Amino acid sequence: MNALRLFAVFFRVSVLNEAAYRVNFFVQVFQTLLELGTSLAGLAVIYSYTQSLGGWRPNEMLALVGIFFLVGGIIGLIIQPGMSALIDAVRDGTLDFTLTKPEDAQLLASIQKAAVWSLIDLLMGLGVLVAALVRMRTGLSAGQVVAFAAMLLAGSVIVYSFWLILASLSFWFVRVENLLEIFRSMYEAGRWPISIYPGWLRFGLTFLVPVAFATTVPAEALTGRLGPGTLFLALAGAVGLFLLARLVWTLGLRRYSGASA
Amino acid sequence: MNTLYELRDLGKLYAQQLRTTFATMVQYRASLIIWTISAVLEPLVYLVVWTTVSNGSGGSVGSYTAGGFAAYYIVLMLVNQATYTWIMYEYEYRVRQGSLSFSLLRPVHPIHADIADNLSSKLVTLPLLLGAALVLGLLFRPSAVLQPWAIAAFLPALVLAFLLRFLVEWTLALAAFWTTRVSAFNQVYFVLMLFLSGQLAPLALFPGWLQTVAFVLPFRWMVGFPVELALGRLGPLQAVEGLGMQAAWLGLSLLLVRFVWKRGVRVYSAVGA
Repeated sequence: MNALRLFAVFFRVSVLNEAAYRVNFFVQVFQTLLELGTSLAGLAVIYSYTQSLGGWRPNEMLALVGIFFLVGGIIGLIIQPGMSALIDAVRDGTLDFTLTKPEDAQLLASIQKAAVWSLIDLLMGLGVLVAALVRMRTGLSAGQVVAFAAMLLAGSVIVYSFWLILASLSFWFVRVENLLEIFRSMYEAGRWPISIYPGWLRFGLTFLVPVAFATTVPAEALTGRLGPGTLFLALAGAVGLFLLARLVWTLGLRRYSGASA
Repeated sequence: MNTLYELRDLGKLYAQQLRTTFATMVQYRASLIIWTISAVLEPLVYLVVWTTVSNGSGGSVGSYTAGGFAAYYIVLMLVNQATYTWIMYEYEYRVRQGSLSFSLLRPVHPIHADIADNLSSKLVTLPLLLGAALVLGLLFRPSAVLQPWAIAAFLPALVLAFLLRFLVEWTLALAAFWTTRVSAFNQVYFVLMLFLSGQLAPLALFPGWLQTVAFVLPFRWMVGFPVELALGRLGPLQAVEGLGMQAAWLGLSLLLVRFVWKRGVRVYSAVGA
């Protein structure tokens, strides 16, 4: 509960900071609309030649695009800004300020910075997702909704833990921003269902850089494709990776020597 | 006489920039690997998507089989590598930080240093990309009809494509003189490139009117045209037409870059000046 209250406080500060640059709002709306339009036009070209892409029909694909933007929005809103700031703080020694506060340092480091305009990506993604569901007209069972919510949460936790592990590497190495770049370019592959990729790439996108859990798995839950195996793997992966990230963070903190040392 | 001296000096400048860039890039080996991953991933994703489509619809889409798509996207990856620039990001930084002032003090046009830097970076990344192309070739079994005359015409087409794309993107980068919101400009440009240069799909798969648009605009001539030429998908007449369009757009962009540069430098006010 305390975490949520803290998050709300930090978020309000971010909003106040950004409110000074209101034109940025329109620029961001323009860019998100452009990216979304590009995505949809690309799909239109592809679906003019086929009924289904690897078994995914247009409306199901639309749902995947919505989830891609939704999760991309979550990453851009809170995960990426926090982790980038963490890397800078470790290098410059300003992590001292976080460590001296009477609250869990991992929590503070993760929520202290938000890129407010990414909310637009998140909301538009949600809009596309809802539009896709309406167009499917099949209706969702309660089980599907619960599975979707669980998979969305698991996917977000997996991505967060993955980023935290990469960012914590900055306790050992100086330049790790580049590693975050890998995730950003690999995430692009998540626009498409992971099942269309050849085996080696599917393995890489599932176990090395967990893009599959962020987009394909929640979409599978929503379109009735989710097997119990994947469900279990995603939940176990979320718990396991979160604990691992906590471990790497703790070990890293022990190496941290601060600004003046 | 005078121009001869100038050419010799330019040669020296290019050679020196080459050494400098080479030395810098070799320092950042990890960045090279990461750069390679993203340069390979994008064409790879579209290759997989189109292979899936063609396998799902009886083995081919239009005139492209799965092997045809493999050849198309592997060559596209190489042509894209040869012609792409990152100058838009550079210029925003230079104008914002005022570091452009130093290049303005030099007695040669700053575009030369940028071209030399671009070419030498590519010499460093070329082996990585060729290796990636080889691996993709083994994995995806490309097939194409290679014709000697088309391969011969590919070289000038590639050089023209490089020059054209460089000039257009350099001009676009100059938008940084007038606005701090270059990312919106760049994104519009990238979308046009994605659709009209042949990255999203071979242009032959687009509806007729869009192909006409792509013929008139410069984007196809920067990437898609050399690729189609190398793979023997164009006749001799189309090849000559294409080279002509490339030359015409190159001339136009030369005029444009001079015009915009002159205006831009006037607007530029460095920090501390």
